[in-house]
Amino acid sequence: MSRVVLVTGVSQYLGSRLARSLRAEPGVERVVGVDVVPPQDDLGDVEFVRADIRNPVIAKVINAAEIDTVVHMNVIATPVGAGGRTSMKEINVIGTMQLLAACQKASSVQRLVVKSSTTVYGVSPKDPALFTEDMEPRRLPRTGFAKDSVEVEGYVRGFARRRPDVRVTMLRFANVFGPAITTPLTKYFSLPVVPTVMGFDSRIQVVHEDDALAALRACAVGEHNGTFNVAGDGHLMLSQAIAKAGRVNLPLLPPFASVARDIVRRAGLIDFSPEQVEFLKYGRGVDTAKMREVLRFEPAYTTAETFDSFARLHQLGRVVPVDAVRLVERELLSVAGRVSGGSS
Amino acid sequence: MTDAQVIPLDGDGERRPRRKSPADPAPQGAPGEADTAGPAPETDDPTPTAGSEPAASEREVGDFERKLAGGLAFIRRRLEGDYEVDDFGFDEELTSDVLVPMLRPLYDKWFRVDVHGIENVPSEGGALIVANHSGTVALDALMTQVALFDHHPAHRHLRMLGADLVFALPFVGQLARRAGHTVACNPDAERLLSGGEVVGVWPEGFKGIGKPYAERYKLQRFGRGGFVSAALRARVPIIPTSIVGAEEIYPILGNARLLARVLGLPYFPLTPTFPWLGPLGAVPLPSKWHIEFGEPIHTEAFVEGAADDPMLMFNLTDQVRETIQHTLYKLLMQRRSVFF
Repeated sequence: MSRVVLVTGVSQYLGSRLARSLRAEPGVERVVGVDVVPPQDDLGDVEFVRADIRNPVIAKVINAAEIDTVVHMNVIATPVGAGGRTSMKEINVIGTMQLLAACQKASSVQRLVVKSSTTVYGVSPKDPALFTEDMEPRRLPRTGFAKDSVEVEGYVRGFARRRPDVRVTMLRFANVFGPAITTPLTKYFSLPVVPTVMGFDSRIQVVHEDDALAALRACAVGEHNGTFNVAGDGHLMLSQAIAKAGRVNLPLLPPFASVARDIVRRAGLIDFSPEQVEFLKYGRGVDTAKMREVLRFEPAYTTAETFDSFARLHQLGRVVPVDAVRLVERELLSVAGRVSGGSS
Repeated sequence: MTDAQVIPLDGDGERRPRRKSPADPAPQGAPGEADTAGPAPETDDPTPTAGSEPAASEREVGDFERKLAGGLAFIRRRLEGDYEVDDFGFDEELTSDVLVPMLRPLYDKWFRVDVHGIENVPSEGGALIVANHSGTVALDALMTQVALFDHHPAHRHLRMLGADLVFALPFVGQLARRAGHTVACNPDAERLLSGGEVVGVWPEGFKGIGKPYAERYKLQRFGRGGFVSAALRARVPIIPTSIVGAEEIYPILGNARLLARVLGLPYFPLTPTFPWLGPLGAVPLPSKWHIEFGEPIHTEAFVEGAADDPMLMFNLTDQVRETIQHTLYKLLMQRRSVFF
């Protein structure tokens, strides 16, 4: 049976890439992409419909095209593009509600894939080292994207109960990272001097943008069911990641850290929520055994490799040059060699 | 007795292989420079044969250069982020080369720890070390870590389960993660144990380290016995461990409860020297320590699902507790004095 796929949030980087690659997938007849803003990239054979998922119009799109697979990627992480936190929350929560309401009425829909995030596990110093899918957060997220993600997941679970005939897959992605994507975290590591919270060094786990796409695609065309963590293997420490990117680590006392966050935010550089500052303090890790065993998905990049692919592309911005460090090391050794040589 | 592994930073190059990229200029560069300077055979060959034994001063120079090269390479890897941590944030290189060597003088010279029964800890595979807790700050846990790393033939790292508070504190929490420790919770305990690690728990928690001096060597309540079920699920042996000497390092004579509440601490100790002498009061008394790793309690024989039997859990918890208490009494009887 040939498939008709709907992709929400198609004007964003991941959305547009996913829509195009799904179109190339054998057995996919049509791909319809919706978003409120027109896409910047060329979508190719993907049909673009300018629609707001907060609006019941979305039901008409689903019915008219007889969509059977819905990929919901329109849960946005920062209020910058959305025009403020209120609007962001509306897009995330009301948008999801409207979309799910439309899906519930549409008998053609057989598959739902939702891009969620590991932020639903919250952040706290009491967290276990790795979260499995069935664990509850030790501290429930209270603000921003993380809270929206928790609510979105709640509505998706409700939908799964009401339409047991629909295969529902939720993918909880670690921070999506890579050379091309722009997220608050990539912007953060692009700063020449990277502010951190003094006395804290968190574990960072990321997933490569290509792996994120591959996982979404596999779920959109596959026969999966359930909730899965998706992340690259291994961890980096925050300070280690900053060192790898050749940036200067600037540890700030906690009160100054929130001031720095405010300045960076007001300057429009990065929109950091308080939750993200907590994340930079305590970090988070997720267990990906279920992804391997049930979803049978193997990420191509580890966390460290993902980070290296990002760092290579941002070589120009290196503040700590590799060569200088090695030169100093060689010089010191040769001086020591000469001094000891003279004395013996 | 630890002479074999005290050389920091570069000493471990011989103990375990380290990943090095071919582009790495330091190790190749160093002997090259030294060639012209004189003590070349030393730096080229880390184990000189008896035939070509150079003068002692030259050997010292070569040794110094090797140390310097190792130290500089270590610093460079840190600056470039070229090292690995595991899923728990454990930084093995930093722990073996910096953190444990920093504790070693305290272990060797100050507390002069005597280790008994180290052979009860398996050389490979998981094991759960359960020990008594005392001494106001968790120095006993750190000393157990040094004991296991320095005196066990397999140089095993002890992965401890710590209180939430530890990981909420700045600097302390960060160091604890780097040293391989994690929050005390069943998922982490089982993950470490089934991953073949030696895990350490101090089930008395703050009740143990914060108890007054008058109650020294009296075991407090042993938590909820969660550690037993973790060991049973992972099918690893439980090793009851008794530590003598830690009770006397900071004798707690009183507890400033109000101050503790204000600071959000479980207790605020008043010892003969702290806080009266200021930072000097933080110097522990140099008591003589004994750490005895007891006979392992094997868990393989229990049937599947035994971890869900609360009665069995209580019995095993009591067995571990009794064993530790009896060993403590035995060690105390044998001890000649607190300080020698």
